[in-house]
Amino acid sequence: MTQHIRPAIVMIMAMTILTGLVYPLSMTGIAQLVFPHQAKGSLVIRDGKVVGSELIGQSFTGDQWFRARPSATTGTDPNDASASVPAPYNAANSGGSNLGPTSKALIERIAADTGKLAAENPGMPVPMDLVTTSASGLDPDISPAAALFQVPRVAKARTLPEQQVRDLVQQHIQGRVLGILGEPHVNVLALNLALDALSRR
Amino acid sequence: MTLNGWLQIGLYCLLLILITRPLGGYMTRVFAGERTFLSAVLQPVERALYRLAGVDDRDEQHWVGYAVAMLVFSFAGFVSLYGLQRLQGMLPLNPQGLDAVPPSLAFNTSVSFVTNTNWQSYVPETTMSYLVQMAGLTVHNFVSAATGIALALALIRGFSRRSAATVGNFWVDMTRCTLYVLLPVCIVVTLLMVWQGVPQNLSAYTDVTTLEGTRQTIAQGPVASQEAIKMFGTNGGGFFNANSAHPYENPTALTNLVQMLLIFAIGAALTNVFGRMVGDQRQGWALFAVMALLFLVAAAGLYAAEAAGNPLLASLPLDHAAGNMEGKEVRFGIALSSLFATITTDASCGAVNTMHDSLMPLGGMITMINIMLGEIIFGGVGSGLYGMLLFVIVAMFVAGLMVGRTPEYLGKKLEAKEVKMAMLAILVLPLSILGFTALAVVLPVGTGAMANAGPHGFSEALYAYVSATGNNGSAFAGLSANVPFWNGTLGLAMFIGRFLMIVPMLAIAGSLAAKKIVPASAGTFPTDGGLFVGLTAGVILITGGLTFLPALALGPIVEHLAMLAGTTF
Repeated sequence: MTQHIRPAIVMIMAMTILTGLVYPLSMTGIAQLVFPHQAKGSLVIRDGKVVGSELIGQSFTGDQWFRARPSATTGTDPNDASASVPAPYNAANSGGSNLGPTSKALIERIAADTGKLAAENPGMPVPMDLVTTSASGLDPDISPAAALFQVPRVAKARTLPEQQVRDLVQQHIQGRVLGILGEPHVNVLALNLALDALSRR
Repeated sequence: MTLNGWLQIGLYCLLLILITRPLGGYMTRVFAGERTFLSAVLQPVERALYRLAGVDDRDEQHWVGYAVAMLVFSFAGFVSLYGLQRLQGMLPLNPQGLDAVPPSLAFNTSVSFVTNTNWQSYVPETTMSYLVQMAGLTVHNFVSAATGIALALALIRGFSRRSAATVGNFWVDMTRCTLYVLLPVCIVVTLLMVWQGVPQNLSAYTDVTTLEGTRQTIAQGPVASQEAIKMFGTNGGGFFNANSAHPYENPTALTNLVQMLLIFAIGAALTNVFGRMVGDQRQGWALFAVMALLFLVAAAGLYAAEAAGNPLLASLPLDHAAGNMEGKEVRFGIALSSLFATITTDASCGAVNTMHDSLMPLGGMITMINIMLGEIIFGGVGSGLYGMLLFVIVAMFVAGLMVGRTPEYLGKKLEAKEVKMAMLAILVLPLSILGFTALAVVLPVGTGAMANAGPHGFSEALYAYVSATGNNGSAFAGLSANVPFWNGTLGLAMFIGRFLMIVPMLAIAGSLAAKKIVPASAGTFPTDGGLFVGLTAGVILITGGLTFLPALALGPIVEHLAMLAGTTF
């Protein structure tokens, strides 16, 4: 056994330097040179200020915005550091609801959210992704159906013609990668930024 | 289920088949010490490492020496990782100023990463500094994977050598695997990931003011370099809490495809390495076929369960065709979420792009069954192949009993010692899983951690020990496992699942290597055809089924029935 002690110690130290420092640090250097925008987190800058990341969803509550999916992320309770409180789209503490399919809390929340949305746009089925929380709690996307569902409300709040808003949604639908991979989706932040630009004009 | 969903599954299978042979050929050359196109760059590094470590690469080890070297190396890794976490607060590359990791969590995390499990009782973005993520966790993602692959090679040599006393040199196998196989692929994949949007920086977390005027803090870090090895080494420990569901870890359907391929790549290639080393690639493809069969059944079942959606929502005015979207990301949808969940539990990866806790009862059950069968469906890197070969030994033993012949496989007679050791290695799993689960569900400290009531709460506890013992690392993540009871017992389960399986497996390797090869005769059972595939798959399912069905009945099965009856908890 003693003959294995030296190789064990040397190997763990050498691998720490090689795979734990040289590899990630040189990758950081190369990535910052070749793909600086992505390597820094695909940040979105408007009027000189960082307003978010292309890849990270954010919370929208007002009627004038396309809303993102419900988010189950939490944050530290400001009154009690050991407890947590709901904090949707907390991008420093990602995660899902982890509620199982027979959870009473889950079914009741979905029923309540569905009721509210159905009243907003009667007669249309409510898109499933608008009433379910995502896995990361930071889903930047909604389905095309979920975006189109919100067009009447957003158009009214912004006093824009519905058709104009609908066209904007259509332009923002990202199809499947290579026509086959993934699902069509709409990036909510990009859509709302475009909507703001439209309203300003 | 949609046509496009099936096309994606089909495309995935096709690509996996395409990479198996070339990667298998390359790995075979690497482990035989032959020159490859990377030798000019890497050989000087390899030589230097051996010189520093005092290792003679021509010096081979008996199976006991091989096992002891692996254990001492793992222990050294455990100590260094534990120390790094405990000293975190004093060390650099910690822009968020995170404190030392508490002892029970540091213990659990060290066992977890050294055993290639990557169970995470913690939220990475609020617990681990960039230094610990890189110089601690990333390192063990590499070397625990290399260790698993080295062990598989030792067992393959048991089958391919005749009358030999040694099974290889652990230091050489581990070093070559890291340098020639893992690192080059990870360098390429890291750049691909960054191109697609995975961050790679050392910045502090970004504070932004959102369009609505609220503040959002966005966690950053050297994500891509860890992401690559996390998938290729079937480690699965996320840089962020949401793992591969996090848009920074897995931003597009393309990164998702690459991640899924990386999980199975080495497991699939090792079947080919096996075939090449025993001198008949068809033997490798037969093992591949057993794995592929079990994989397709599970993938179809999981996809069907998730696409069907939740009947408890049936009365609401929803678009029900969308399926069960709770805990899933829009860009992946039902098909890619189901496929990923199947792959990550078939292998011992444990990365997730959907929250398994929110899978339908039968969908969640399939993920558990995948791990319970021993993660031999392509499996963890190395561990998938040696786990599968243990089942092959049992299957050949069963076949031998049926015809009254001494069982043999690839010309090696399988005698009492091999079969006993194989059964010992296989039975360690249920002992740990069922034993610890039984303990957790009768103790208040166990039940208190469950986030869901009713049978789903039981499933959370069962899944935790299934995942830890199987060295998977995924979770029904509602479980609040960051308390000493869970950190301690899960740490033990990970240790048992890794090392108590490895030692009997290496004993088999040593014993087989010493045997002569019996020439095939008319009475030899052909191990490259459909009968072999069917028999082995049957033995795997019956062993797993008989052992775990009662536990599954208490969790997902009763939950499914309750759900159909309209019950909530």
